[in-house]
Amino acid sequence: MDPLRILDVDGRLLGPSPLPPEEIRRLFAVLLTVRAYDHKASALQRQGRLATYAQFEGQEAAQVGSAAALRPDDWMVATYRDAAAMWMQGYPWDNLLLGRMGDERGGAPPAGVNVLPPSITVGAHMIHAVGLGWAEQMRGTDRIAITYFGDGATSEGDFHEAMNFAGVYRTPTVFVCQNNGWAISMSRDRQTASETIAQKGIAYGIPGTLVDGNDLLAVFAATRDAVARARRGEGATLIEALTQRMGPHTTADDAGRYREERSLEDWRRRDPLDRVRRHLQASGSWSEDWEHEVVTAAAAEIEAAVGRAEDLAPFGAGAAFDRMFARPTAVLEAQRAELLGEGKAGS
Amino acid sequence: MTEMNMAHALNDALAVALADDDRVVMLGEDVGLTGGVFRVTDGLQERFGASRVIDTPVAESGIVGAAFGMAIAGMRPVAEIQFLGFSYPGYDQIVSHVGRIRNRSNHRFTAPLVIRMPFGGGIGAAEHHSESSEAIYAHTPGIKVVAPGTPAAAKGLLLAAIEDPDPVIFLEPIRVYRAIKEDVPAGRYLLPLGVAEVVRPGTDVTLVAYGAMLRDAGRAAEALATDGVSAEVIDLRTLSPLDADTIVTSAVKTGRVVAISEGHRTAGIASEVAAIVQERALYSLLAPVARVTGWDTIVPLKRTERHHIPSVDRIVAAVRRTLGD
Ligand SMILES: Cc1ncc(C[n+]2csc(CCOP(=O)(O)OP(=O)(O)O)c2C)c(N)n1
Ligand SMILES: [Mg+2]
Repeated sequence: MDPLRILDVDGRLLGPSPLPPEEIRRLFAVLLTVRAYDHKASALQRQGRLATYAQFEGQEAAQVGSAAALRPDDWMVATYRDAAAMWMQGYPWDNLLLGRMGDERGGAPPAGVNVLPPSITVGAHMIHAVGLGWAEQMRGTDRIAITYFGDGATSEGDFHEAMNFAGVYRTPTVFVCQNNGWAISMSRDRQTASETIAQKGIAYGIPGTLVDGNDLLAVFAATRDAVARARRGEGATLIEALTQRMGPHTTADDAGRYREERSLEDWRRRDPLDRVRRHLQASGSWSEDWEHEVVTAAAAEIEAAVGRAEDLAPFGAGAAFDRMFARPTAVLEAQRAELLGEGKAGS
Repeated sequence: MTEMNMAHALNDALAVALADDDRVVMLGEDVGLTGGVFRVTDGLQERFGASRVIDTPVAESGIVGAAFGMAIAGMRPVAEIQFLGFSYPGYDQIVSHVGRIRNRSNHRFTAPLVIRMPFGGGIGAAEHHSESSEAIYAHTPGIKVVAPGTPAAAKGLLLAAIEDPDPVIFLEPIRVYRAIKEDVPAGRYLLPLGVAEVVRPGTDVTLVAYGAMLRDAGRAAEALATDGVSAEVIDLRTLSPLDADTIVTSAVKTGRVVAISEGHRTAGIASEVAAIVQERALYSLLAPVARVTGWDTIVPLKRTERHHIPSVDRIVAAVRRTLGD
């Protein structure tokens, strides 16, 4: 299987573009913005202002290209590494940052944003996108659900249950696997004996598409088609976006223990931003000043979000009891009283 | 004897087991090439080869289920689950198969496997990484549950768990891994499963703890000592089966018991300790048994996690209550 590719490494179109030029320019600005966020979040982590952070550098096109094919009201269920896709679907930087700061309010995006908090456990969330899409089908809407996951996640049993349900019930679900080559230290070739992940769709009666995950236009085109199929009621699609995690697994990981730095050189030439920039340059719709403007504006927006997240007063000691049920039970109330009473006694 | 932290002591125990017994194999996510997220298995794949220290796909049900099959067929697998909070995809294997095979085959088939899992909070980790749900496993028939609190105990208990003829869940307190060092006996060193240890003798009150809370129980005992209160500290070491005799002997002696657990309170380990004490030492008690535990809430994230994990202050306050202060 050859991956779908529309924009080559030099920024040349290999076929008709699925997007008009001004839209490509807009999405390049998005790519710059999400990369600025990724770098900022890593810097904040190094300063001790964020807990462990999972960088997505190298995977920007896979996330931006796919999320660009959605309607704002579509459902999204993604992982700890998918801040770019989530942000595009309306999940504010503030919430993404709060989550990484260790504040439960990070999981509460504004009303109308149909994006669940990022899944930290690997594998369990894909079936949720089946249920979400299925419910929309039951309620007679044409809203679809998209789910993001990694190559490693396809080894969990729940992935197979999700694919099977989606196949059996023809749910409007789009499965986007970002095959970034690694599950922590485990390389893709040791994760599954399948030649591709896309081919796993066949077993469940779901079309599988292999795309160059570093090609914004190919990812967009594949997702656009999958979304359209789902909206027409024709069922789910599995998309495998071939990409590479350029950083470590998280800020707590040392990739040098299992991955040769040399192996990244080739991927660096295939950087998802560079090729779009080259494309824009060739058509004369890029300038250094414009890129600088975009990055500066993004940095300011992200900085403001960091300020708001850091200034948000932490929850009080007893707040955890309020997050458990619609109303705290008597047992929880008694425990809260015990905590607050002893807090005083201890101080 | 060598001074070691707990991660190092566990690594040493695994190396001894792999060297002594060809049937021992290790399997888990990232255990080989990287030596695990906490480096507990560091260097073992290099030393014993990739067919004995096996990196697996991301699949906890697969890890436990495969280890179960291996154990039945005569191997001595030591499976690693990356965090206790990620053990749940393998939970069905543990509850429905691992814990039941001896019973349902009337001893014909047995599963001598060990499942290691880091547990507990206190490092400001992400969601699911700070779980202390050991009571779920202690509640599961057919499974032994071990939770050391110190490096030497970790080594002795892990080697005993690997030798044990039955399945053992072995819980490693995350915030202790590198926090304390002590002398650890060299070579093959075994401590019996199901036996608690009085780690600090005292006369006024008994503090029963395990895992990471053992250290805080010790600190509370220190603080109380400066006020003239003599606290005895028991390290449970094995959560199932509980060593009732050691608990009861101490309760009869001191007349006051504070049961400490980082786990959620309802149906927790501290509740089990309290039940044993009231069954067997009620008439020696000078005060009701107190529980100091995590709350019945999801473990809060980093910003407020400290309100969840029992603090030294909370332990001291509970002791004060039993003293009628
Ligand atoms: C159920 C479960 N098991 C293990 C982990 C630990 N873990 C976190 S990320 C990860 C690797 C996942 O790899 P992949 O699905 O390829 O996603 P990537 O991190 O590459 O984006 C593992 C094993 C987890 N979070 N949840
Ligand atoms: Mg991956």
